[in-house]
Amino acid sequence: MCVAVCETHKELYKELDQFIEKVKDKPGILIAVLHKAQEIFGWLPQEVQEYIAEKLGVPVSEVYGVVTFYNFFATKPKGKNQIKICLGTACYVKGADRVMEHFLEELGVQAEEVTPDGLFSVHPVRCLGACSMAPVVLVGEKDFYGKVTPDMVSKIIAAYRRGGRNE
Amino acid sequence: DKNLIKPAEKFEVKEVRIVTRNIGVIDPRNIEEYIARDGYFALSKALQMKPEEVIEEIKKSGLRGRGGAGFPTGLKWEFTAKAKADQKYIVCNADEGEPGTFKDRLIMEGDPHTVIEGMIIAGYAVGATKGYIYIRGEYYNSVENLRKAIQDAYEYGFLGENILGSGFNFDLTVRLGAGAYICGEETALLESIEGKSGRPRLKPPYPPQVGLFGKPTVINNVETIANVPQIILNGADWYRSIGTPNSPGTKVFCLVGDVNRRGMVELPMGVTVRQVLYGFGGGVRGGRELKMVQTGGLAGTFIGLDKLDTPLDYDSMKNYGVSLGSGVILAIDDSHCVVDIALNVMEFFRHESCGKCTPCREGTRLACEILERMTKFEGTAEDLDYLRKIAEVTADTSFCGLGQSINVPLLSLIDNFREEFLEHVEKTCRANV
Ligand SMILES: NC(=O)C1=CN([C@@H]2O[C@H](COP(=O)(O)OP(=O)(O)OC[C@H]3O[C@@H](n4cnc5c(N)ncnc54)[C@H](O)[C@@H]3O)[C@@H](O)[C@H]2O)C=CC1
Ligand SMILES: Cc1cc2nc3c(=O)[nH]c(=O)nc-3n(C[C@H](O)[C@H](O)[C@H](O)COP(=O)(O)O)c2cc1C
Ligand code: SF4
Ligand code: FES
Repeated sequence: MCVAVCETHKELYKELDQFIEKVKDKPGILIAVLHKAQEIFGWLPQEVQEYIAEKLGVPVSEVYGVVTFYNFFATKPKGKNQIKICLGTACYVKGADRVMEHFLEELGVQAEEVTPDGLFSVHPVRCLGACSMAPVVLVGEKDFYGKVTPDMVSKIIAAYRRGGRNE
Repeated sequence: DKNLIKPAEKFEVKEVRIVTRNIGVIDPRNIEEYIARDGYFALSKALQMKPEEVIEEIKKSGLRGRGGAGFPTGLKWEFTAKAKADQKYIVCNADEGEPGTFKDRLIMEGDPHTVIEGMIIAGYAVGATKGYIYIRGEYYNSVENLRKAIQDAYEYGFLGENILGSGFNFDLTVRLGAGAYICGEETALLESIEGKSGRPRLKPPYPPQVGLFGKPTVINNVETIANVPQIILNGADWYRSIGTPNSPGTKVFCLVGDVNRRGMVELPMGVTVRQVLYGFGGGVRGGRELKMVQTGGLAGTFIGLDKLDTPLDYDSMKNYGVSLGSGVILAIDDSHCVVDIALNVMEFFRHESCGKCTPCREGTRLACEILERMTKFEGTAEDLDYLRKIAEVTADTSFCGLGQSINVPLLSLIDNFREEFLEHVEKTCRANV
C-alpha cells in the first residue's frame, strides 16, 4: 500500500491522527487505536502499524505483538464481505462444518483466502453468542443468519453480489 | 424477547426473573423506562448506607460469581475495600466467549442500566472511582446499548461527580476486546485493558489486591453484577429465599443443541438438568434419542443419561461431578459421534491456547492429533490411554484456567463413552460420522 503518497491514504491517515490525538493520553489505549485503524484501513498493513507505534511512542515490536495476538486484527486484506462461520460446539452439533464446506466450495477458496474479485473471504470463528440460532453465519459485522443449512448458502452469497442483504 | 423460552407444559419449576426482569419489558435505550421499573433506586439506597453495610448485605445474600467459578462476591469486594491504594477499579467481565453462552449479551442488550447501576454500587462499596466494561468486539448491539445507557446515566447524574449529591464520584468506560477467548480469564483481561497481548498473569496475587494497572480491582461477570441492584433493593433474606443454601438466587441457563426449543431461561439454583431440558427445552428434536449433555460450557462435563436428575448449583461439581460453569446446557442426540465431538472441543482449546506455557500449547495439539487419528480409524487402544495421560498432565501443569480445565471435558467423554472410543479403534463409528 502507498504511504503518504496518494491522496486517499493521506485522508485516511488524517482520520487516524484525529482519533489518536483525542485518546493518546488515556492509559492502555493501543488496542482501541488498532480497532480504529482497522475500521479506517480495512486491515493493518505494516506501514500503519509502524505509524501507530511512532505516534504512541511504543516499540513497533509491541504493536506487532498485539496485532498478531488478537484474532480480530488482520495483517492481510480481507474480502469486502467477510463471511464468518461459527464452529463453536453449539453450532458444530447443528452442522456448521457442512455449511462451511459449502461456502468454500461455492466461492472456490480456502478458509481465510480472498476471492479473486475481492468480494468475499470465509473465516471460521468461535462462538458468536447467538447459539440459540445455531448454526450461525455472520456476514460483515451485523448481518446474522441463523439456522443456516447448506442449501441457503448460494442465496446468501448472491445477495452480497447484488450489493447487500435482502430480507 | 424471542430468546427467552417459556415452559413447555405445566412444570414444577417456575421461572424467577431477577437479572432478566427487564429484558423484553422495557426499551433498553430509554433510561426513563428503566427508572420507572425501580431503576437506580438501589443506587440511591446504597448511597445512604455505609460502604461496609453494602458489602455486608452482599456477603449475607450469598451471591457467588456467575462467571463460572462461583467465588463469593461479597468477600471479593471486601478484599478490595480493605486494600490500601490511591486508586481502585471495578471491571465488568463482558468478554463472554464460552461456546453456547449468550446470556451476558442478552442482559447487556436488553437491560444495560442494570449492569451500570450494579457497577456504581460496587464502586461505592469498595471505594473505586473508575470502572471498565470489557466487552467482546463482536457484540455490536450490546456495545451500542451500553454506550447510550452510559451517556444517559451521566446526563441524569448517576455517573460522574457527586452522584445524587452523595459526594461519591464514578466514571465508566467501555473497552472492546479483539477476539481472543483467553481474554475472558480475568488477569488476561486486565492485560488487554492495559493495551497489551492478553496473556494471563500469575495468581496470587489476585486482582482484588493487585489488579488493573497494579491497583486493587474487583472483576465480576455481567450476570453477577446484574444481581446486585435487586439484592440491595429487596435485601439479603429475600435473595436467600431463592435457590439453594450454598448457592442462593437464580442462574441464567442457555439451552442449546438438539432440543426443540433453544434459548435462555432464568431459574432458581438447584434446578435439575432434566427440568431445564424437558421442562423448558421441550425435549430432544425430531424424535431422536438424547445421547449426552454438556453442562458448564466447553470446559464443563459431558454427562450421560444417568445424571440428568442432578441439581445444578456451585456444589454440583463437588457432589456429583457435574459442572454448572456459565450455565450452558448443550444437548447432543444420537446422530453425533463422541470422538468427533471431542475433537471439536479440543480444536477450540488448541486454537485459543495463548501459547504462554508449554503444557497447554503442546497438550492441546497432541490431543487433537490423537483424536484426528481416531476419527480416521487410525487410532489404537494405547492412544486412548495416552490421551487420558495428556489430559491429566496438561491440567496439572498448565499456567491458567484454560489449560487447567481441559481434563474435565476430555475425561468425562472418555469415561462415559469409553466403548465408543474403542469402537473407533476397531474401525467402526455407530453414528457414521
Ligand atoms: N463465562 C465464560 O464465558 C467462561 C467462563 N469460564 C469459567 O471460568 C472459571 C475459571 O475462572 P478462574 O478465574 O480461572 O477461577 P478462579 O477460581 O481462579 O477464580 C475465581 C474468582 O475468584 C477470585 N479469587 C479466587 N481466590 C481468591 C483469593 N484467594 N483472593 C481473592 N480472590 C480470589 C478470582 O480473582 C476470580 O475472580 C471456570 O469455572 C469456568 O466455568 C471459563 C471460560 C469461559
Ligand atoms: C479461559 C477462561 C476464560 C474465561 N472467560 C470468562 C468470560 O468470558 N466471562 C466471565 O465472566 N468469566 C470468564 N472467566 C472467569 C474469570 O477468570 C473470573 O473468574 C470471573 O470474571 C470472575 O467474576 P465472577 O466472580 O463474577 O464470576 C474465564 C476463565 C478462564 C480460565
Ligand atoms: S494454560 Fe494455555 S491459555 Fe493459559 S497461559 Fe498457558 S498457554 Fe496460555
Ligand atoms: S456456538 Fe455458534 S454462536 Fe455460539
